[in-house]
Amino acid sequence: MLEIKNEFSLEALRAGDRSEFARLVDAYSSPIYRLGLRMLGREQDAEDVLQNTFIQAFTHIAKFEGRSSLSTWLYRIAVNEALMLLRRERPEISIEAASSDDQDEIAPTLFVDWGALPEEELLSAEGKKALDKAIQNLPETLRMVFSLRDIQDLSIKETAETLGLTETTIKTRLLRARLSLREQLSTYYGERLKPEKTND
Amino acid sequence: MTESTHTTCESLLGSLSEYIDGELGAELCREIEKHIAECENCRIVVDTTRRTVDLVHASNRSESGLPEDVRDRLFKRLNLDDYLKSSRE
Repeated sequence: MLEIKNEFSLEALRAGDRSEFARLVDAYSSPIYRLGLRMLGREQDAEDVLQNTFIQAFTHIAKFEGRSSLSTWLYRIAVNEALMLLRRERPEISIEAASSDDQDEIAPTLFVDWGALPEEELLSAEGKKALDKAIQNLPETLRMVFSLRDIQDLSIKETAETLGLTETTIKTRLLRARLSLREQLSTYYGERLKPEKTND
Repeated sequence: MTESTHTTCESLLGSLSEYIDGELGAELCREIEKHIAECENCRIVVDTTRRTVDLVHASNRSESGLPEDVRDRLFKRLNLDDYLKSSRE
């Protein structure tokens, strides 16, 4: 999991200690904002998720029993807030049910060997833009799993707890997300590698 | 993916995430490494999938933290204005 070095006093948080809550907000606001941005793609939506997450946390911290870690609890609230925003535009979205995203064919179709391209090209402004676009192209069910596991660095178990899904479902969706991104980046870099081949 | 090693290519795909994340047992790792030494397409899939995940991590690391104005509005919304300055220092 993304390492948050500060430890927090649950007792103080439950008692409404504002200073402790401010520390909590400072520790988790950046990862939660980034999570919202990855899941929703718009800065204003990410900010709404961020604010609503901490309002919910502040309201319900007294009932937090500590059965999961504080970070898992916060991420779960953030995911639910993001889902609520997504459902305003697409009410049918559900992360729980097995979806067609879990069953579509995933066999790779592109075998472009772009892995050895220099890092400066892969991480250029244009390369990062292609990566961001590819992540936004993922279906929501896959993007949520991918955002928590590969962007927030949660373990498979923590991702499963956060989304209320089985570890098997998380593993399946993570693989599909990674393969879909790989395929999209293969298309992108395949186009860029073409001119070099024709010049041979 | 090659026709003659179809089953092995499929089973590799099933273990790909765990292999990349270093969570696969030594014996299965050896099997995968043996397979990708002989199957160029699978070698490319493993390399580019690993690279994809590495790129996401690297891109994430290079992103700046929470924008200052977003942080200011958050603290105000939470009525934590009085901690805005002290926690920034």
